[in-house]
Amino acid sequence: MLSNPMFLAMTVLNGLSMAMVLFIIAAGLTLILGVLRIINFAHGAFFMLGGYVAWQVAEVWLDGVPGALWIGAVVSALVLGVLALVVERTMLKHLYGREEHYQLLFTFALVLLINDAVKVIWGTDILTISHPDSLRGAADLGVTFYPKYRLFLCAFGVVVAVGLWLLVEKTRWGRLTRAARMDREMLSALGVHVPTVYASVFVLGAGLAGMGGALAAADRSLFPGMDAEIIVQCFIIVIIGGLGSLWGAFLGAIMLGLLTSFGTIFFPQFELVLVYLLMIGILLVRPWGLLGREEAT
Amino acid sequence: MRVLLLAIAALAGFAALPFLFGDYGIFLGAEILIFILFALAFNLMLGHGGLVSFGHAAYFAIAAYALAILLTTYNWPLGLAFPGAVLMSTVAAVIIGYFCVRLTAIYFAMLTLAFSQLVWAIAFKWSDVTGGDEGFVGVAIPDWLTQPVSFYYVTLVVVAICSAMLWVIVHSAFGHTLRATRENPQRAEFLGIPVRKVRLVTFILSGTFTGVAGALFTLLNRAVFVEFAWWTKSAEVLIMSILGGVGSFFGPALGAAALILLDRQITEITEYWPTVLGIILLIVLFFLPDGLIGLFKKRKPDA
Repeated sequence: MLSNPMFLAMTVLNGLSMAMVLFIIAAGLTLILGVLRIINFAHGAFFMLGGYVAWQVAEVWLDGVPGALWIGAVVSALVLGVLALVVERTMLKHLYGREEHYQLLFTFALVLLINDAVKVIWGTDILTISHPDSLRGAADLGVTFYPKYRLFLCAFGVVVAVGLWLLVEKTRWGRLTRAARMDREMLSALGVHVPTVYASVFVLGAGLAGMGGALAAADRSLFPGMDAEIIVQCFIIVIIGGLGSLWGAFLGAIMLGLLTSFGTIFFPQFELVLVYLLMIGILLVRPWGLLGREEAT
Repeated sequence: MRVLLLAIAALAGFAALPFLFGDYGIFLGAEILIFILFALAFNLMLGHGGLVSFGHAAYFAIAAYALAILLTTYNWPLGLAFPGAVLMSTVAAVIIGYFCVRLTAIYFAMLTLAFSQLVWAIAFKWSDVTGGDEGFVGVAIPDWLTQPVSFYYVTLVVVAICSAMLWVIVHSAFGHTLRATRENPQRAEFLGIPVRKVRLVTFILSGTFTGVAGALFTLLNRAVFVEFAWWTKSAEVLIMSILGGVGSFFGPALGAAALILLDRQITEITEYWPTVLGIILLIVLFFLPDGLIGLFKKRKPDA
């Protein structure tokens, strides 16, 4: 089958476009895990909520307006950012000193609340967002035709990765987050208000999830409960790449995307098993992930 | 002494239940008993060992599936199939635990999650054996167990014995050693305690008792579904434990009973049970750090 270039290209592109959507979500998750050390189960719910907000904007309020999806994606990111800020300031910040399982339970409570909120507001029907006019149809790549929107997703994922990398490596804010990861007490002693750093990371992560949800909604469909599957995939990515590692998440997303697209063709029975085996294997050999940093335990 | 009296009172209460309620009440009572055992077994790791397992659904589901398969596909008698099914969970806990105890904190939780998702993926995809998405329905239960009352009393006896065993474990020298490894693993190591080995033994014990609960659950439902292995089941037992209070032996039992009763009561009134549960969790997190059992306890300085 692989000798057919058209088929090979399609499979690779399917894997990559899936990977890039997952990367945008997982990037937020890995930032939060790396800096706040919180296993955020609500991240999938943030993603789902982002999709629904974008649907509301693009398909209801701005139906027929050119570029409605892009506006929806920006609105989603903003709404989720504000929501995350409120959640962090009113509740999450009081849990920083507590054991992991309390934080885990807190994010799980958010999952329950957001899922019900989505059901109340948008119902349980499956919703879809149509592609923007400029990205409708397929592009001719020489070997094959491929949906333009998915090609856009591939490119956009790379843009987000580079943008986040610049933010984390080249700005003062990025330096603060890296410092907060390594030694929060020392950072605090140097006069930096660490809770503000935490809040900003949580807001950025949620905003990314919201935007990812908006962009994914135009490629797949929206339904309550869709968060449970996506969160597990994002955890796999973050673990493979290393907690807190941006390029790790990028690499992990590509591995998961390609493993899924090729796995469904060659081992349709065991593609899921393969994914979990990969994750277990990496955790055992390099618990800190492919590109993560080893930590004293 | 007070604990013993309370335990006897609780046992008497459960024993009287079939005389007070109809078949539905008996079914619910059996379900509560099973989840009490699940939560107590889980809390051996969380509360007493400080080990956050996010994959206990695995041991629950393995024994549940194993019992269904041994009884139905292989026609084993219950007396053999039940211990056999629990043994499968034990074996799984030995293998998974062996790898997991090398890691700590977030990494430990993640690896337990990964393994349990692997179990889920296998149960989901291996449909010839497990029934896959459709579930394993029509488990061949021995006739005498199909009576709700007889099944209820079997469950009560099994859960009571297992709970007593867990109580003895928690209050044995091993239990104290376990708490030492939770409080300060480094110091425990310096004192010559083999921390990893203690954690592995805990992991295996916890997985085994969880398996007992899983096998009982198969007998109750006469079916096994792939959701038993999905990660939300692991979250459920975590919720039960924290809701009741992880710092006390009986806290998780109270949490299990409370969660199931609330679930049934509130779903009758509204379909938004998750919202209610979410709010309950927030209240417990912010106002009842010791869980529901904290309401009944005088605060001890060193609990």
